[in-house]
Amino acid sequence: MSRPIIEVENLSKRYKLGQLNARSLREEAEQFFARFRNKRARSDGELSGENTEIWALKDISFSVPAGEVVGIIGRNGAGKSTLLKILSRITDPTTGQARICGRIASLLEVGTGFHPELTGRENIYLNGAILGMTRAEVKAKFDEIVAFAEVERFLDTPVKRYSSGMYVRLAFAVAAHLEPEILIVDEVLAVGDAEFQKKCLGRMRSVSRREGRTVLFVSHNLTAINSLCQRVILMNSGQTQQIGPAQDITRLYLTSGNNEDNRSKSWSFHNAPGDERFKITRIKITPEGADATAPIEMGTTFQIEMDYWNLVDNADVLLELIVRGDDGMPVFHSFSTEGGANGPHPKGLYRSSCVVPGNLLNAGRFGIEMYFSDGRPSKEFGLVDAVSVLVHELNDRRNLSNYGRFIGHVHPKLTWRTAFLADKQAPDGDAGLAGDG
Amino acid sequence: MIQAPSNYEIVIRPTRGWLRLNLAETWQYRDLLFLLVHRDFVAKYKQTILGPAWFVLQPLLTTVVFSIIFGGIAKIPTDGLPPMLFYLAGLLGWNYFAQTFQSSSSTLVANAGLFGKVYFPRLVVPLSAVISNLFAFALQLAMLLAFWIYFKLFTSAGGLFGFSAGIVWLPLVLLQIAALSLGVGLWLSALTAKYRDFTFLSGFIIQLWMYATPVIYPLSQIPEKWRWIAVLNPMTMPVEAIRIMFLGQGTVVGAYALLSLSISVLLLLSGILVFNKIEKTFVDTV
Repeated sequence: MSRPIIEVENLSKRYKLGQLNARSLREEAEQFFARFRNKRARSDGELSGENTEIWALKDISFSVPAGEVVGIIGRNGAGKSTLLKILSRITDPTTGQARICGRIASLLEVGTGFHPELTGRENIYLNGAILGMTRAEVKAKFDEIVAFAEVERFLDTPVKRYSSGMYVRLAFAVAAHLEPEILIVDEVLAVGDAEFQKKCLGRMRSVSRREGRTVLFVSHNLTAINSLCQRVILMNSGQTQQIGPAQDITRLYLTSGNNEDNRSKSWSFHNAPGDERFKITRIKITPEGADATAPIEMGTTFQIEMDYWNLVDNADVLLELIVRGDDGMPVFHSFSTEGGANGPHPKGLYRSSCVVPGNLLNAGRFGIEMYFSDGRPSKEFGLVDAVSVLVHELNDRRNLSNYGRFIGHVHPKLTWRTAFLADKQAPDGDAGLAGDG
Repeated sequence: MIQAPSNYEIVIRPTRGWLRLNLAETWQYRDLLFLLVHRDFVAKYKQTILGPAWFVLQPLLTTVVFSIIFGGIAKIPTDGLPPMLFYLAGLLGWNYFAQTFQSSSSTLVANAGLFGKVYFPRLVVPLSAVISNLFAFALQLAMLLAFWIYFKLFTSAGGLFGFSAGIVWLPLVLLQIAALSLGVGLWLSALTAKYRDFTFLSGFIIQLWMYATPVIYPLSQIPEKWRWIAVLNPMTMPVEAIRIMFLGQGTVVGAYALLSLSISVLLLLSGILVFNKIEKTFVDTV
């Protein structure tokens, strides 16, 4: 075997939390003088004495032989995207190194760099160049790209007049016809319609199987990961938790502490999050009528339980709950007053719970945000991303739609009825009724 | 089976020190450079009625305003030249500088979305501004020549000005302005990426800088003993030089020109280094 096409050694990336937002000159000056006074060279983040650094990646090492399709899975914040960003050279690692033998391109930038005023033709060239193709390479692929995107007639129309479907098709066609040695696909399956997802996956399959290219595929869609990848890297808090055959690793991911870890959290009173009115000591998500650690499936009813101290006598305690999909999209928002009026609460420890019915959420990971307030607007205390729930798809409907997952964050059980209306053929000559067939 | 071609081998590791400049790679992306130039040109005046005429109209209107305010009302001398020509010649180099400076100084922040998603040598973007602004320069040059012919043939001022042999230096002066504007633009782009305060400053900087440059007044109006200060401004010599080339009036001293050239080169080199340093991790901070 030749050398691996990707070799990653002890790659680490540190973010300084204080720097996530651009700092102003004043802060910088303050730090400068503070450092001066302290007469000690300290690194920026330590000045306030707080731990404001996080390691998004810590000592990641792996290698990928040419032609392999490798899946990368892990919870949000596990470092998947950071890893891809470093490999595609968007940002530098803090320590460690990666060696890559070939050009890298990613499908995550579908449409990046499209200019609305330019025509389809001009955008194909521009986008191709941004993605690293030379003019000659784009020219050689031009007809293929146009045919794939089905936009022949609109080639000389500015893309701002394109329908969104045409726009996405064209953007994807350019990206799909890149000929990198390594293709990176990051959650493209989260965007676009089912048709588009199918096209992406189909293209990935042909890129890897027929053309023998290397693919790094990041997704929460475990079914797609299982069907496309040979090996999977499971990441957890910036580290590689496990690398191995796809089936083994996805099973490990589903059954490992990954889930329960995040389904409950508790604090002692002293370090409980809260303010002068509330201290939240425990949050727990449990499936109804099953063991507390049993997996939650799409049909499972579960409850979100929170224990908290109310520190103000006779406060109008109001709890809010926002459930978000893993793309940050809110799915629903609920108030504790929904069951009726809110009475004054004496000081003390409380347990509130909210029951989320089964057959509501689609499969996927949902983040739970909680807000505690005493009724005064914009005075609530928020607890974001403390817990999340992973809803598994039902086993009996695997592969029903393409690659297993329904579109959307909710999947309610709806009633469908079909009635037989007539046994005649569709009337002739009535195009309006007969449709486009 | 794809053989990993060794000519594409990339090693990714943390940036150490300042010198990690890959000009060869920037050259590989020359197609992108020219497509960006094309984009700038096409997109700039789309959906305007006058289109590229703005390239000419904008400096023309500025010249008229200058002629009225600084020539007519403030009566600032113009080295004996017709005010219209004096300002047009001054603005020729200045506008190229100001426009390139402004588009390259917003490089990192304006393209943050793009840079956060795909890698290509970032330097390509400001370089494309340097080139695309050359079109505006060429159009303004044509306009200057048109007025030059008009004043020569149809006005009594025709004998007051004329080309000078120094015009052979025009490409060098243009190159200096390009280097300077790119250098300062890169500095500001890097600073803006770190401290947003500079977004507000860049407009001021360019305005103040214009008054510090002999665009609306001739260098000869500055007393001899203070002139060295004016010459520390690296735009002073190019603006005066362009005036000599086309109109035969201006103050250019070899030593001053050399000083201005070296300051420009220094700013360009340091600008590239700073930009390069910031660019590696700037997506983490936006």
